[in-house]
Order: sequence, then structure tokens, then C-alpha cells
Amino acid sequence: MTAGPVLKGAADRVLAAPAAPRRKGHPGAYLRWLLLFAGGLIMVAPLVWMLSASFKFSYELYDLNLIPVEPTLRNYEKVLGDPRFLRWFGNSFLIATIVTMSNLFFDSLVGYTLCKFRFPGRTLIFIAILSTLMIPTEMLVIPWYVMSQKFGWLDSYWGIMFPGMMTAFGTFLMKQFFESVPDDFLEAARIDGLNEFQIWWSVAMPLVRPALAALAIFVFLGNWTAFLWPLIVTNSVEMYTIPVGLKTFAVEQNVDWEMVMTGAAIATLPTLVIFLIFQRFIIRGVVMAGLKG
Amino acid sequence: MADLALHGLTKTFGKTKVLHGIDLAVQDGEFVVFVGPSGCGKSTTLRIIAGLEDATAGTVEIGGRVVNNLEPKDRDIAMVFQNYALYPHMTVRKNIGFGLRTSRLSRAEKAARIAEVAGVLGMTDLLDRRPSQLSGGQRQRVAIGRAMVRDPKVFLFDEPLSNLDAQLRTQMRLEIKKLHKQVGTTIIFVTHDQVEAMTLADRIVIMKDGVIQQVGTPSEVFNAPANVFVARFIGAPAMNLLPGSWREGGVALDMGGQIALPGRQLADGTRVDLGIRPTDLAISADGAGQITGAITLVEPLGAESMLYIDAGGVEIIAACPGRTAPDPGQQIRLSADPEALHLFDATTGEALR
Repeated sequence: MTAGPVLKGAADRVLAAPAAPRRKGHPGAYLRWLLLFAGGLIMVAPLVWMLSASFKFSYELYDLNLIPVEPTLRNYEKVLGDPRFLRWFGNSFLIATIVTMSNLFFDSLVGYTLCKFRFPGRTLIFIAILSTLMIPTEMLVIPWYVMSQKFGWLDSYWGIMFPGMMTAFGTFLMKQFFESVPDDFLEAARIDGLNEFQIWWSVAMPLVRPALAALAIFVFLGNWTAFLWPLIVTNSVEMYTIPVGLKTFAVEQNVDWEMVMTGAAIATLPTLVIFLIFQRFIIRGVVMAGLKG
Repeated sequence: MADLALHGLTKTFGKTKVLHGIDLAVQDGEFVVFVGPSGCGKSTTLRIIAGLEDATAGTVEIGGRVVNNLEPKDRDIAMVFQNYALYPHMTVRKNIGFGLRTSRLSRAEKAARIAEVAGVLGMTDLLDRRPSQLSGGQRQRVAIGRAMVRDPKVFLFDEPLSNLDAQLRTQMRLEIKKLHKQVGTTIIFVTHDQVEAMTLADRIVIMKDGVIQQVGTPSEVFNAPANVFVARFIGAPAMNLLPGSWREGGVALDMGGQIALPGRQLADGTRVDLGIRPTDLAISADGAGQITGAITLVEPLGAESMLYIDAGGVEIIAACPGRTAPDPGQQIRLSADPEALHLFDATTGEALR
């Protein structure tokens, strides 16, 4: 028996469940489709508008037509030619990558420990970690800011990154995935002479690759699009991330909406590519996180 | 290779005591099978030997050295798990070689060792496959290979055949036995299957509720069971137990009839259970035989048939040759060889010899 198929099997079963035979032509089915269509439209419309605006000249921006009368790549040339934008893109990429790596390491390490070791206070620690999920970011930014100020982390990469280096959600997700790794694997490795860290790294981690992929995507996307905290902790234009940088297009004297839209369109590309490639992991991650509560 | 000794081993999980003082000495090179129903403590004993669980009290000695405080890796043992525990992300070669990761052998020596083990197990062609590409039997062989490659002092098998189908189980049983003959390493094998225990073991340890019931060769535990539990656990179908009282050199059965047991002495009136294996009962010619009953069911097994007989309200199972099985509903008389009869104290369940 292997863990891969176990995880896959569990997820597939759950994913397969909604596809159970459904009566076509039933009024309920039409209503469902209608609701889904409306929901989809609400989701997609701003993105389409953004994309459309990025190909328009400023005079056409407030027209309702989606296809520009006079399409142009001028906005893209301007945005990509702006050295600040490339810097922000680089900042976002660096921050999202480091934070993702950190989460993969620490979330899975803590999740594994909470899942596979019995020690006093284990449940309490798990509940404490989980309960942090209930505190909204808006409430945390002030203590984070005070902390950054005291430690001299304001306007630095570390300042932007530190609150997200480990997350309760990631810890929970990884713990749930490790539940499906049979203890026999770990015991076999223990007998084979590996120490506990090696067992985690060489045996347990490869068995939860789908979870790691899902977590990596969640964290990367979350950090790529993070706005509030980077906005608060950064001061200099060089330290901005893309979402914060785009704001400068909007608050300068002339609000360059076509520039904001173009920048946003470019910034969306990596997230779109990542999602398209790894969407099955994202869905599986959501399924697993919800499955074994 | 090494001998192994358990002294007063106890184990408590919370308030539940699962092992009640296990004492056992295993000779160097011996094949010992722990057998018993679920929850009897056999797997816990094995895990304590492996170092995966700590004993609450008592000691484990391997090769004359107390290993209680040693990590599993330092005990010089190898274990084969019920679900094989093959790493799905590694090839067979890497799986087998995994146990050598921490060894001081050179890369070439390790490769040679893996090749040697693969050769012994007939898996040379499968070395580059992944576990998912193997059949159940092949996976089991890889798991054994992974244990063998370390050349341990003691092999521990935790119900390794229970995930295989019946045919494959018989085949692997044979292979494990051959392997033991070949390598001669001490083996502790845990199973709940008494057929596995009988066929594989040099000695069988029968456990129930954390207590060893009997230790003996397959022949000893079959022919001279220490108590009712062992008598009924070993052998299929289970031994018939007929309640009665000792009277005039024999047992007066509660269901009627008197069976003589020459050479045994008990106080008259002692309550006993008379044990007769189904294979030791024979259909008698008219008029002879000590037990009378009506056949309720016939279970044909090919070479022989099992007859379920209602004998005065007690169900008795008797084996008879398959070709001459009587029909259900028929009244028959059965007799048993006095040599093949077992006598147990009705109160304690202990064998009376």
C-alpha cells in the first residue's frame, strides 16, 4: 500500500462525488447553472474590464465597449519600460518565493510534529495555532507595525515577510495530510537508522508532495497579491511590491487608470499561469483541508 | 545471528495492561511464531522487541545484551511490516538500499549487497520499478529484501502475509520458510493465522489477553494443548468440547454416553471438558461408537467433508472422507481413539494429564 494512491484516492472520491448522476432538464439544474453563471460573470467581469482597459487609450477608458476602438500596446510599453515596475515585480517575486519556501518548511515541520508525535500539550498547541485563524489581518497590522518599528524592520524585505513566514492554515493543511501517511513508513525508517529529522525530510515529505504543491500555490498567490501589510510597512518606492506599486499610478496627480489596469494585467499573469498548471493541486488541497476536520 | 530473551515484559497503555509479564527465550537461528487473536498483545511484544514501543517493565535481550534503552536502529534488527511500508517515491533498488543509508559500506559494496539480496529473492529484473508497478507478492518480497539487506541479528515479521490472497499467502509462506533455511537468522513472526504458525514455526508462542498460554513445537501445541484456549485456537475446525463428569475411569458426558479413558485417574464427580478434534472422530458401524447424533449440515471440502452433528443439544464437528459423506438428517454413531482424547478441567480450562 502506498500513501500516494491513498491521498489521491481520497481526494478523487470526494472530487468525484458532485459528478454523481444528475437529472438533466430538471428545473433545479437550470437554476443551479444560472446561479453559477451569474457568479462566474461577477468574478470574471472585472478581469475582462481590466484586460480591455489595458489596451485602450485614456480617452476611451470610460466607454463601456469591451473591444477597444483603437487598440494599443502603448500602455504595456510604458509600464514595462518603467524601471520601478520591474523592481516591484522583482520584489514581489522574491518575497512570495521566500515566504513560500519558509511556509513549506515550517508549516510541514510543525504539522508533522503535531500529527505524528504524542507529547503533553499537543492538542492545546494545535488549538492555539488554529485559533489564530480567527484573528483578521486588520487587527494584527498594528502589533506587527510596532514590532517592526522596535526591531528596525520597517521598509525592509524582512519587515514585509516576517508575519507570513509560517501560517496556521498551512500548519493545519499539512497536519491533515500527514494523517494519511501510515506510521509504518516512519517506523520502518526509524528501524533503518534515520533520525527524526531525516524521517520527516526523506520519508514523510515526499509522501505529501500534492499537499506541498497545494500549499506552495496558496502561499505564493497570497503573498503575490498581498496589499495591506506591504503598504503599511514600506515607505520607499524601491521596497514596494506590485500591488502597492500599482497604487502609485493611481494616487499621483493624474490618475493613470490605463497604467493601473495594464500593471494589474501583467501582475495577474504569473498567478494565472500558476493556477492553470497546478489547479488540480489547489482543488485537492481544499478538499483535503475540509475533509478531515 | 543472536538469541533473544524476554524477561517479565509488561506494557500498559493508560489504564489498560496489555502485556502481563512475558518471559521467553528464543534460541539463535530459531523461527518463533507469535500467534493469537486480535488484541492478545503479540504485535505489542514485537514492537517492544523492535524498540518502537517502550516496555513498562521487564527487559529485552538480544545477543546477551539488554537493549531496552537502545534506539531501534541500534538493536541490529530488521522488521517487515504488514503493509510492506515500501516508499512509493523510490524504486525497488532504492527501497532495498534504504536500510544501508547509514551503513559504512562503500557505494560499490552497497550495490553488491543489493544485487545479492535481489538475486536471492529473484527480483533482479524488478530493481528499477516502483512499488506501484509491482504485484502484492513482489512488494512483499521487496519488503523482505529491505530487511535482509542489513544482515540483522533478528528478523521481525508483523503479520506480513495478511494482505495477500490465499494462494499467494501459501506461496510466500513457503518462500519465507526456505529463506530461513538459507540465511538461518533468528526470526520472530507475528500472525493471527494458526495455519501460518503451524507451517512456519520451529516453536509457536500462543498468546491471549497479554499472557503466554503455551510455548511449544507445532506438534506439541497441537497434540498436547496446555488449556482449552490453545486446544480450540490451534487446528481447524476447532476441537470439539464435550462437558461431562469423571466416573468409573471415564467421562460421563452430559449429553449422554460414557467414554472410557484408560490410564487416567481422577476423583469421581470431577467436572471436565472432553476435547476431541474433528479429525479424530470416526463414523462407527451400526451399534458401535460412543456418541450418537443427527447430521444437520455437511460441508464438502473435496478430500474430506465436515459433518455438523447435533448430539443431544451439543454441536459436534466431525471430519469424514469426502467420497463417503453421509447426507444431512441421517443419524450416525461416532467413536474416538482414546489416545486422541484431551481432558480439561471444566473450571480452570487447564489440561488434565
